[in-house]
Amino acid sequence: MSKNKTLLDIIGPVMIGPSSSHTAGASRIGYMAGKIFGADVSMNQIGNSCAGSKIKKVNFTLYNSFAKTGFGHGTELALLGGVIGFLPDDIRIKNSFEIAKNMGLEFNFSYKEDFNFHPNAVEISLVGEDESSSINVLGTSVGAGEIVINKINGYKFDLRGDYTTLILIYKDAPGVVYRVTSLIQSQNVNIASMHCDRNAKGQVASMGIALDNEISDYTMQKLSEINDMYLIRKLDKIR
Amino acid sequence: MNIKTFEELLSTVKTRGLDIPSFVQKVEAEFLEIPVSVFRQRILKIYNIMKAAVNSGLSSNELSKSGLSGENTAILKACAEGAGEKHFSLFSPFQKKVMLYSLSVIEENARMGKIAACPTAGSSGIVPGVLIALEEELKLDEDTMINALIVAGIVGEIVSEKMALAGAVAGCQAECGVASAMAASSAAYILGGSGEQILNAAALVLKNILGLTCDPVAGLVEVPCVKRNVFLSIHALTAAELSLSGIESKIPVDEIVDAMKETGDLMSTRLKESSEAGLAKTGTGVMIENVLRQKFCE
Repeated sequence: MSKNKTLLDIIGPVMIGPSSSHTAGASRIGYMAGKIFGADVSMNQIGNSCAGSKIKKVNFTLYNSFAKTGFGHGTELALLGGVIGFLPDDIRIKNSFEIAKNMGLEFNFSYKEDFNFHPNAVEISLVGEDESSSINVLGTSVGAGEIVINKINGYKFDLRGDYTTLILIYKDAPGVVYRVTSLIQSQNVNIASMHCDRNAKGQVASMGIALDNEISDYTMQKLSEINDMYLIRKLDKIR
Repeated sequence: MNIKTFEELLSTVKTRGLDIPSFVQKVEAEFLEIPVSVFRQRILKIYNIMKAAVNSGLSSNELSKSGLSGENTAILKACAEGAGEKHFSLFSPFQKKVMLYSLSVIEENARMGKIAACPTAGSSGIVPGVLIALEEELKLDEDTMINALIVAGIVGEIVSEKMALAGAVAGCQAECGVASAMAASSAAYILGGSGEQILNAAALVLKNILGLTCDPVAGLVEVPCVKRNVFLSIHALTAAELSLSGIESKIPVDEIVDAMKETGDLMSTRLKESSEAGLAKTGTGVMIENVLRQKFCE
């Protein structure tokens, strides 16, 4: 359950039917994945991984209930629409296959049953125009349109779209967390919550930082200047 | 929201000498850090989406992707307008309008139209059906409708403090059941009910939907969800009518919510949105599922 719940979560969200979990949730996951890929990130300095590159191809692997009942819920339309940038209330979701084809975006869906995954889970792999840039996102739709992005390129995250969130993947080294947080504090931005993970000491680590206020382009620039940052994104609140 | 129970809501509004919507909008606006007027604008925007969904639904007979629904609104509309009506009508024109509007929204949902979840997409027809029909019938103003929607919202929100409003967690009790309670309370508010009567209307609804499972055919929000929205919109009217007449629930609403949560916990997962039992696994349910699977997976 969201910590940030209001009456507007009960009366709403406004969305394209038919299912809050299988349609609205699906488009939110797709949308977050598209933003994490970062085709619209203009700052070349943050052009580590994918930023600014156009998405050429996207593969979706739907699990369990998503795989079994997605067809009648428009789950595929909503996932793809989300990647293109359609939020749950965008009527273009209904035509997202055609729109993607016209954009020259290749897409493919596969279906799996694996109960190690949540009933409504999807893996999205996005490949950029230069084939080397790619991002993998694991997302789940947890009910009432609420979603969680659980993994990015295999690193654990816990992104719900309810805060402006900073995500970073970087080479694990002493002092990085301090440098990142002090940069944020120096801009007078308050951190609501923070989540760190790494695969092994000294290798690659990830950080997800939920913020109470907006963060400036200047701060993003400064963050990107920290050594061995592989990916930095700012994700806007989507609910 | 720091109000966790209906009892707390009622005692707080009484102490402060406010009615339910005035109190709730103040607390919500503070929480969201926006002025009350902006909060009301947001509610109005959602109400207008509900109205637009009724209208699109009324003018469409497009089938859903599965083909399982989409044609019913036109059938009921023809009947409500008197065309081809051969039987004595059991319901008043107002009640028929409530049914028609609920159906219209939920069929619009099934065909991937734009709706406002209330509290979920699968139960999105019930509150609009009751409120929009009342607005038209009683020629109510915008402010009254915003207040009514705030009343509906706080009923859903307080229930959601104790249990997730999701069929997968507590069955249809938590979706169409809660939507019906929300609609009943807002109808009681519109018709001038006291705070007690408004919450008692919700109690009467919830007492009579305990145990309602979520067993949709092929896992789709269509069978039985589409028609269930119609049934539970009328259920809301029954509860509001009883409450306004002075009939009280013997069990207080907070205790009923506890019972609903307990019932949901005891309910087999096979009957909670997994389509592994009940209607979904009837002979016809399975047949429909197989046909759809072939149609969409080849």
